[in-house]
Amino acid sequence: MSRTLVSVPKTAKVGEVIDIRAMIAHPMETGYRMGPNGQAIPRKIIRHFACEYDGEEVFSAEFHPAVSANPFVAFSTVATKSGALTFRWTDDDGKVETASAEIAVS
Amino acid sequence: MRGFAAGAAVLGAPPVLAQTGPRVVVVGGGFAGASFARALKREDRTIAVALVEPSEHYTACPMSNAVITGLRDIGAQHFGYGGLEDDGIVHVPQRVVRVDAARRRAVLADEVMLDYDRLVVAPGIDMRFDAIPGYDAAAAELLPHAWKAGEQTLLLRRQLEAMEDGGLVVISAPPNPFRCPPGPYERASLVAHFLKTRKPRSKLLILDAKDAFSKQRLFEQAWSELYPGLVEWVSLSFGGKVTEVDAPARTLTTEFGSHRAAVANVIPPQRAGAIATTIGVADQTGWCPIDPVTFESRLTPNVHVIGDAAIGGAMPKSAFTANAQAKACASALAGLLRGREPESPKLINTCYSLIAPDQAVSIAGVYQPANGLLAEVQGAGGTSPLDAPRSVREEEGANAQAWFETITQEAFG
Repeated sequence: MSRTLVSVPKTAKVGEVIDIRAMIAHPMETGYRMGPNGQAIPRKIIRHFACEYDGEEVFSAEFHPAVSANPFVAFSTVATKSGALTFRWTDDDGKVETASAEIAVS
Repeated sequence: MRGFAAGAAVLGAPPVLAQTGPRVVVVGGGFAGASFARALKREDRTIAVALVEPSEHYTACPMSNAVITGLRDIGAQHFGYGGLEDDGIVHVPQRVVRVDAARRRAVLADEVMLDYDRLVVAPGIDMRFDAIPGYDAAAAELLPHAWKAGEQTLLLRRQLEAMEDGGLVVISAPPNPFRCPPGPYERASLVAHFLKTRKPRSKLLILDAKDAFSKQRLFEQAWSELYPGLVEWVSLSFGGKVTEVDAPARTLTTEFGSHRAAVANVIPPQRAGAIATTIGVADQTGWCPIDPVTFESRLTPNVHVIGDAAIGGAMPKSAFTANAQAKACASALAGLLRGREPESPKLINTCYSLIAPDQAVSIAGVYQPANGLLAEVQGAGGTSPLDAPRSVREEEGANAQAWFETITQEAFG
């Protein structure tokens, strides 16, 4: 279980552009580094990130080894209706971390 | 203005500067400027040295975290310029308003002009009041930065003393580079000590615009051993960067939330003291690029920059660094003024940080010019050991006091 942080406005007006931020605590190990024993440290990165707003995908991104540890994503979308924003981070092994936040739109 | 004939000085150098050998004007009377002026006089007494500094005394930053937490009197931080005058350095209590680099002339606020062969600029830092929305000079009167010692130091001290037990103290630490990299964490340690002994139901939150900091493991070990459960550090990745400040509400907003403080100490991003921009030695970063051998500005010839304002490469911005750079620059300049090639210097920095009133940890490094910057000599420095017994920390606490006495003696006499 990795720690995640998301920031979504609690309220917004219909049509308002809202700023969204999401971070996951993750080493984003590239696979190119050598450990102290001389062996390569196995690659372990978040490969895919997606955000759904009321069931519809509004943002997604592919991550690669050059993305930093604890990847931080900031993006914007348009507030359309009240509901949940859900965030999904998928790593190399297919393991998924999720987070969600509610927004009330008037 | 001892030694100056102000009226006659208007059209040229003051007599005291004109009569003798080369003339060097120093701007700024902190650790860098004062150390430099004295070191240059030691190198060559025939060089005329004027120190332009509007204050009658300097208020030292090292140890000022002990003032904030009631362990020390602000008077112990004050140093006058009498020692410099005894060395034959002329203290000019004025501000430089302009420099004519082509004529090698500094113009003061009272329109006195000082001609120089070399100008040495040591302006220290200024806060960037444009960096965090809501944190300007007026906000600093409510949420002190206390990152230049003086009235701000006392304001933060009064706020801590007046706070009710159970209050939340927030320290906002800036991104690199900034003055005194371990300073926010020394401050956190001493504030934690103050809270533990005086207001034990209170908490301390450090909001950091970085993911790592100087002597981190030593500080974190000290916090968990000496002040368990009292200190929380929030890194950049976990929402530590303050993006907005509401000073009247004492509320700090980060990327992932907001915190309402009883006492908030906002240490904002910094840049070289404003005079560096006026003179034309600061670049778009706000700091001053220099040649690492002579400390001559890469932007303006015959002007040298030392101390916190300079881009010191791997060297941290500290009083020790300022003093070391001052001596290296004095040696280089004494040579340059006599037509000698300067030698590549080796510089040392040591920073002590108090983790409790009588305990300290330290970091040391050795630096030399490499690829146009000051680079760290690998394997030459180090930090205090982790898991050391209390006696080791107390010994370093005594060393910290001795260091302060030694360096202020050397800089100010």
